[in-house]
Amino acid sequence: MMLLKLFLTFMQIGAVSFGGGYGMISLMREKCVPLWLTDEEFMSFIAISESTPGPISVNMATFVGSDQAGILGSACATLGLVLPSFIIILIIASVLKNLLKYKGVQAALSGIKAVVVGLILATSATMFMSIVCGFTALGEGYNFDVMGVLVIAVVAVVALAYKKFRKKAISPIVLILISALLGAVIY
Amino acid sequence: MKKYLQLFTTLFKIGLFTFGGGYAMISLLENELVERKKWLEHDEFMDIVAVAESTPGPIAINCATYVGYKRVGVLGSAFATLGVCMPSFIIIYFISVFFDKFMELSVVASAFKGIQACVVYLIFSAGLKMLKKMKKNPLSIALMASTIICMLVFSLMAIKFSTIFYILIGGVIGVFAYLVKRGEK
Repeated sequence: MMLLKLFLTFMQIGAVSFGGGYGMISLMREKCVPLWLTDEEFMSFIAISESTPGPISVNMATFVGSDQAGILGSACATLGLVLPSFIIILIIASVLKNLLKYKGVQAALSGIKAVVVGLILATSATMFMSIVCGFTALGEGYNFDVMGVLVIAVVAVVALAYKKFRKKAISPIVLILISALLGAVIY
Repeated sequence: MKKYLQLFTTLFKIGLFTFGGGYAMISLLENELVERKKWLEHDEFMDIVAVAESTPGPIAINCATYVGYKRVGVLGSAFATLGVCMPSFIIIYFISVFFDKFMELSVVASAFKGIQACVVYLIFSAGLKMLKKMKKNPLSIALMASTIICMLVFSLMAIKFSTIFYILIGGVIGVFAYLVKRGEK
């Protein structure tokens, strides 16, 4: 049953998505690609989820759920994603108020946070391999996309220059729009 | 009943205006909940943020759930959580319905090829940002580095090793290291 599968999959994702925003990207990609989406579709969804209101993980759940099973699918996926944290927060708010004050819990969270940083960086590397170099594992062919590297370079330069001169981070939406324009022209 | 509706609409408003990730929502939340509606003291709010940051799930949703609970209990937290999710749910759902048709236009498809490359950069820079903020000690660096190495090697060799395991192992090693340190004292 697709609805149940969506619910359970996103519940798993919701239960271990630590570390804000992109913390869930590694697991979400693992679960959605290639079962439900291609890497390219996944990235497109990410870009849209990043550009619309709301947390990126909620948007992704809605998007993937809808893509797979219409409005019920998106409802099930979103509900699944939100449920674990909903329950955990309620437990902490009501009975385990000091759960996070235990040093043991903090130690576990620090360990998890370090791992999540690694997961995000590694995911960007494997995505680079997949999207720009066109291979996913050794022994497969590859398909190098120079234009992709160009887009990344332009975007990186713009972002760094903005940070240098305006002293604050550029909005991801601006970068996405720049890359969209570039893409429409060079592809 | 009025309190529930109020919660829903306030969080709905917040959900509608938050672009670009959880932390942007925090200042909106503070503005609305602490200053305008006076539902919380500043210190209470900061405590909630600390919890919301450390638990799984998006920080915005967690804050909504917590605030809702503090106002009117479990039902309140349900209303608040639903409220903050609604705007994005509606918007994304509509986008998803037209997405395939939209992608059939070749200009759009080309634009998205550029966008896909950009997302690689966005993820990488998000990772770097987290790295900067991360407390750096031998353990955290070792965990991060080994995660990266393992993920890359397994990926290149097409070995499947779920992200969930990495996270669990990270938590366990964290606790283990703490117990060892405590034992040494």
